[in-house]
Amino acid sequence: MNKVWLIIQREFLTRVRKKSFLIATVVVPLIFPAIIGGLIYIMMKEAESAKPDTVMVMDESGVINLDSSKNTKRFIFVPLQTSLEQAKKTYNETKDFALLYIPKFNISKPEGLMIYTQENPSIEKIGDLESILQDRVRDLKLQEFKIDKETLKNLKTSINLKQINLTKTGEEKSSNSGILYGLGFALGIMIYVFVLVYGIQIMQGVIDEKTSKVVEVIVSSVKPFQLMLGKIVGIAAVGVTQFAIWLILISFLSSGVLGYFGLKMPQKQAMEQMAKKVQDEDVKQAMNQPNSHIKELLGNLGEIPFAKIAFVFVFYFLGGYLLYGALFAAVGSAVESIQESQQFQFPITLPLLIGYFGLFMFILRDPHGSVSFWLSIIPFTSPVAMVGRIAFDVPTWQLLLSMALLIGGFILTTWIAGRIYRVGILMTGTKVNYRVLAKWFLMRE
Amino acid sequence: MEALIVKDVSKYYAEHTALDKVSITIPEKTIFGLLGPNGAGKTTLIRIINQIINSDSGEVLVFGEKLRPNHVEIIGYLPEERGLYKKMKVGDQLLYLAQLKGLSRKDALARIKVWLEKFEIKDWWHKKVEDLSKGMAQKVQFISTVLHEPKLIILDEPFSGFDPVNAELITEKILELKANGSTIIFSTHRMETVESLCDHIALLNKSKKILEGPKKQVKDQFRSNTFLVEHRGNHFSLPSEKYELKKQAVIEDNLFSSTIQAKEGIKGNQLIRDLIDITEVYSFQEKLPSMADIFISLVKGEGDDALKKHLQEV
Repeated sequence: MNKVWLIIQREFLTRVRKKSFLIATVVVPLIFPAIIGGLIYIMMKEAESAKPDTVMVMDESGVINLDSSKNTKRFIFVPLQTSLEQAKKTYNETKDFALLYIPKFNISKPEGLMIYTQENPSIEKIGDLESILQDRVRDLKLQEFKIDKETLKNLKTSINLKQINLTKTGEEKSSNSGILYGLGFALGIMIYVFVLVYGIQIMQGVIDEKTSKVVEVIVSSVKPFQLMLGKIVGIAAVGVTQFAIWLILISFLSSGVLGYFGLKMPQKQAMEQMAKKVQDEDVKQAMNQPNSHIKELLGNLGEIPFAKIAFVFVFYFLGGYLLYGALFAAVGSAVESIQESQQFQFPITLPLLIGYFGLFMFILRDPHGSVSFWLSIIPFTSPVAMVGRIAFDVPTWQLLLSMALLIGGFILTTWIAGRIYRVGILMTGTKVNYRVLAKWFLMRE
Repeated sequence: MEALIVKDVSKYYAEHTALDKVSITIPEKTIFGLLGPNGAGKTTLIRIINQIINSDSGEVLVFGEKLRPNHVEIIGYLPEERGLYKKMKVGDQLLYLAQLKGLSRKDALARIKVWLEKFEIKDWWHKKVEDLSKGMAQKVQFISTVLHEPKLIILDEPFSGFDPVNAELITEKILELKANGSTIIFSTHRMETVESLCDHIALLNKSKKILEGPKKQVKDQFRSNTFLVEHRGNHFSLPSEKYELKKQAVIEDNLFSSTIQAKEGIKGNQLIRDLIDITEVYSFQEKLPSMADIFISLVKGEGDDALKKHLQEV
């Protein structure tokens, strides 16, 4: 046992001391806040730099009345009182954004409206102009049908379904499938990526030992199984360490970035402006609406059992890693290069891939369906599937069954892998196929 | 006491038999040569002694005790295919390997210092193995083999990769280890090594042991009562009932060398006496078989008689 500990230490320390580990550990957490910060920064820059565009309006209809009183944040309207030909000439002499031509039209069927520009305008800007015109036409129609704006406002009702999970005991839990979906999605993918990345590290380590021939020296001091176990556990420790550092750095940096930009968040800015402009009672009420949403959202977040999810995540990460790690070790022992390992890697990664696709196709859509159930029970797919499903409240007996099977699963794969590994690491120059692997497996001690 | 006793050890693989009831006895504090052509089963036997693999039948006794896991701590093994962790520093590497052999960190550190000084490579501690030349890495590997002061040292082709100067240095260290009470097993193809260093030998061929014993005894076993004489003038005739002239060659002007085989019961002295009367003897020596001769003819599958014949003719 003492020797396994020595091996674990070596595997851990040599990896943790590598420059690549340091870089990955520091850079990855920087990426998330950097992306968030970058996006916010760009959005703010854009908002600041967006000067309103000047649009000349040649209005022959006499009903739209786009003048300076209708200016928005994006457009300044300059009415012209000439012929269209003259207007075109005037427009071409300026650097204004566009010339809008509104002929006489039928408000129930507006036709012939045109926009002249010097450059190709963005769809977005055209859309904005169109919606301004549509609003004007709608107002005209309201007047025609003798409906005032107040009545219209009262017609509008916003409905938001509040989700409540009714448990068998009659307890009510509000939930939010959006958050659960996101959580399941993120956790499932994380398990998939971790198991694959660290599994391949195990395989690489075994191949290195085999090709550098150091393995014969090592197995003259320890049992091959001890070496395999030490390697798997040592790399797991690297993974857990890296993950812990990431978690701390990401949460620290993200909150730092959000805190820095937080006061200038665009939505908040807009809301403050609105609040200043409009003193209307019902607008204030409308203002409170999103707040109640946020409160509800926060309440939902509070009701998600994060401690339980974190525990389950760590359990399935380690379980899945051990299950697949042993198989990756066996593959590494059988081959002499990464290229050669491809043929054996596929059947190993296949069940992991099934879990990954199952996550999208079944678990996140129908977390309690029978396919989702089986995916989260079978040890080969359960690490990805159960972690994706856990946020949706899995019955305890299912969770326990899945965990027990996963433990059984990795004991089984470790045993199988150990039998292949002990023979494989000393074999060089043999053409290995599945029959050879089976023979190694069956070989007596 | 015997350092190692191998009793009827067999190892079978699906397609072939790697070892077929091999028995070998290695006396303590000797240098033992384990010889044999490629594929004879030497590496399999060495791996069994090192508990890297298990035998299918038979037993192995190390210093009188049945092989058990903690015996790895008194055995040092230098495999033919050398290997160290390329990215690890020399010092860390030696420390790790020594600790795996059961040394405490403190003892290991002290001994590594001593050995690095012995080889005058103290400043290598922080060098990575991948930055060392092949010969340099071999030195590190040799140190890792003997660091835990094993009572039984198994060296598989220990001189490959060393230049003559370093080979001499290693030889010196091996003799030192023997003087300090270690038993050393050599597995090698280099017969000059066997001639100069080994006390005992065993020869494996096609999974079987075909020869074993003290080197001198083995050589005596293959004496063929053949003599090599240099003499002036070749006009003589030896009595054919006592001698047979196998070969005669001119060395230079009137100086000849003759290979003469004496019949059973006739000693060298008798031949000298007979020769003095008929020619001028320049030199006289018994033609003893070299280890290489014995090795080659036995492995070629010829019997003892054939070997003797072969030796007379060369």
